[in-house]
Amino acid sequence: MDFQLSDEQALLRDTTRELLARTYDPESRNKIIESDLGWSRDVWSRLADTGILGLGFEPDESGQNEIAVVLTEIGRRLAPEPVLHAALGPGAVIAHQGSDAQKRLLEEVAAGRRLLAFAHLEAGHRKPTATVITAAVPQGDSWTLSGTKNPVLAGDSADTLVVSAALPDGGTGLFLVDAEAVHRHPYPTFDGQRGAQIDFDGTPAEPLGDAVDASSAIRDAIVRIQSALCSEAVGAMEEALRLTTDYLKARKQFGVTLNKFQALTQRAADMYVSLELARSMSFYAAMSIADGNLDPVIASRAKLQIGRSGRRIAQESIQLHGGIGMTAEYPVGHYAARLTAIEHTLGSSQDHLQLLIDHIADYDLARL
Amino acid sequence: MKLALTPEEAAFRDELRTFYTAEIPEELRELMRQGASLSKDQIATSHKILNDHGLAVPNWPVEWGGKDWTANQHQIWADEMQLACVPEPLNFNTKMVGPVIAEFGTREIKERFLPPTASIDIWWCQGFSEPEAGSDLASLRTTAVRDGDSYVVNGQKTWTTLGQYADWIFCLVRTDPRAPKRQAGISFLLIDMATPGITLRPIKLIDGGYEVNEVFFEDVRVPANQLVGEENQGWTYAKFLLGNERTGIAGVGRTKVRLAEVKKHAKATGLLDDPLFAARLAEAENELLALELTQSRVVSDSADGQPNPASSVLKMRGSQLQQVATELLVEVAGPDALPVDGDDTASPPWAQSSARRYLNYRKTSIYGGSNEVQRNIIASTILGL
Repeated sequence: MDFQLSDEQALLRDTTRELLARTYDPESRNKIIESDLGWSRDVWSRLADTGILGLGFEPDESGQNEIAVVLTEIGRRLAPEPVLHAALGPGAVIAHQGSDAQKRLLEEVAAGRRLLAFAHLEAGHRKPTATVITAAVPQGDSWTLSGTKNPVLAGDSADTLVVSAALPDGGTGLFLVDAEAVHRHPYPTFDGQRGAQIDFDGTPAEPLGDAVDASSAIRDAIVRIQSALCSEAVGAMEEALRLTTDYLKARKQFGVTLNKFQALTQRAADMYVSLELARSMSFYAAMSIADGNLDPVIASRAKLQIGRSGRRIAQESIQLHGGIGMTAEYPVGHYAARLTAIEHTLGSSQDHLQLLIDHIADYDLARL
Repeated sequence: MKLALTPEEAAFRDELRTFYTAEIPEELRELMRQGASLSKDQIATSHKILNDHGLAVPNWPVEWGGKDWTANQHQIWADEMQLACVPEPLNFNTKMVGPVIAEFGTREIKERFLPPTASIDIWWCQGFSEPEAGSDLASLRTTAVRDGDSYVVNGQKTWTTLGQYADWIFCLVRTDPRAPKRQAGISFLLIDMATPGITLRPIKLIDGGYEVNEVFFEDVRVPANQLVGEENQGWTYAKFLLGNERTGIAGVGRTKVRLAEVKKHAKATGLLDDPLFAARLAEAENELLALELTQSRVVSDSADGQPNPASSVLKMRGSQLQQVATELLVEVAGPDALPVDGDDTASPPWAQSSARRYLNYRKTSIYGGSNEVQRNIIASTILGL
């Protein structure tokens, strides 16, 4: 096993880190997430200029290790730009399933001129699934969709929606829908991001590629997005721990800095252990995809560990800060919010543990 | 970034797999699989087979029987050995005193001790801890006073694992009680257990077993040529020794085998169908995989040969998961865990030994630097707290 980043990957990491560090400090981030859009078009076009918005659009290369590198930096800064949900996640679906004409949309996406969203989740979805209620109905040569998708992350600002819908003869198909044609209920999420409920009511839709069962493509898309979320969580955990250790070194009580109290430093050490275990599992998920192995069990393994580590680090980082950690002005609570949101996106720890239990009798030794 | 082994590494792994299963007697490996304790002869038998094939001390310098392997190869060697349930070569010889002698000893002392240490013709035990020097090892009080060509040793060591089998003991002794720093007055001395004035007293542990001892030294005369390296430099050598045990310290392979045993019995008893139990086993398996990957990261980052402070993570999580595995087996056993040595009863032997092993394994988070010490290392060395 080789866990070293290549020179190109290290450069991508540094470029992304510098771009976002120049852009956001906690104060400017707090300001932008309160704006109408919730993120910055200007930052979006700079991300496009560095090629970040087109990662993973080459059908032959998953680019998942590169996506992992970028998402970790996004997590570190809590950048609100919907890189995963408005570009990379749904973009990869088009790259794999779309017709040649549809794939040309990706040039606009990569250039930052077209926003996507993956409208898949529905009421009652807990564990990742490709089975949906939203129905696709053929109308001669064209199709319409009816049903409700919620939550659709980045669905508030999308130009084009990638929508899953049940086919009349069984299976789940994928469709492109013009966002102008749907009814949206936009909202903020508790972690400062944006989403929407999207209602389809006889809405015209264009099959993504052929109107055939795309369940395995949906599962693959979910695995890629789960892996990217894990990478983002690692960046957020790393920064939450850094903020916490800096605070322990600076904050004085009883006449000494808090790092003189072993009860606190030992808890920080446990946070570090949680972080490293999460980082290992996140690498594992991304590297597996990069090797062409899009295994939902691996995604569940990673997501379970990230959920456990993220929850511990979120809770402990607030506790070790004390009252200041509760304020919206101070950044650490925002990391806790984002980590909590990630845990509950595409399967919580509980859901993934159940998925693992379903297979537990099938093997003797747990193997990578 | 690449997950898979290289073709060379895969071939190396397959070769070791074949060797371990073909050359180490099946009955020894089966005892290990069941978690039974091995006799002195059984441990030595396995050690000798490994040594006869040049596989007991790969971590030593090549001149003294080591292998010019990559860090990944060393890890594969340890992992496959554990997965094959091979009794590991005696740690005290191969990972503790051997490397110290090879690194710091004179030519004479190397020639005298390294070959019998590799071949386990000398069985070593460790004389570090004392009743008043546990985590605070540098406060040790056993003294060695130079008298002509000898040192005269007085004091007491404790927690001496398998001292009852040992031919020799390597000791940290205080040679300069007036040193400005207490770490500066310590030396590393090799002592024949048959020397007059040494008394060994067994300590019975909470599992009813006997694996550690107290060792008393009363005016024990030790030839001065059994000093390793320089006088009063012993603390440096001890730190080298303690930081040296990187590969295999987490016991990932061993714990995998233990969890597989837990699963086998839970399947047979039907407990695996209980989602509450299955959840705990699944969680333990997942945590073990996360540790395995973390170990691979530490190994591939440690190519320069320096101890990596992240090895504290391996020791800590490794010991915790070893304990979890023993705990789960007791739960599978349930009331059948209560009898011990109950021959011809309905309680199967694995169940009868499960609680003793669980109790015994509470040691893993205490020895080798307690987990609280590991947390302190992480907090200070890695987090700068």
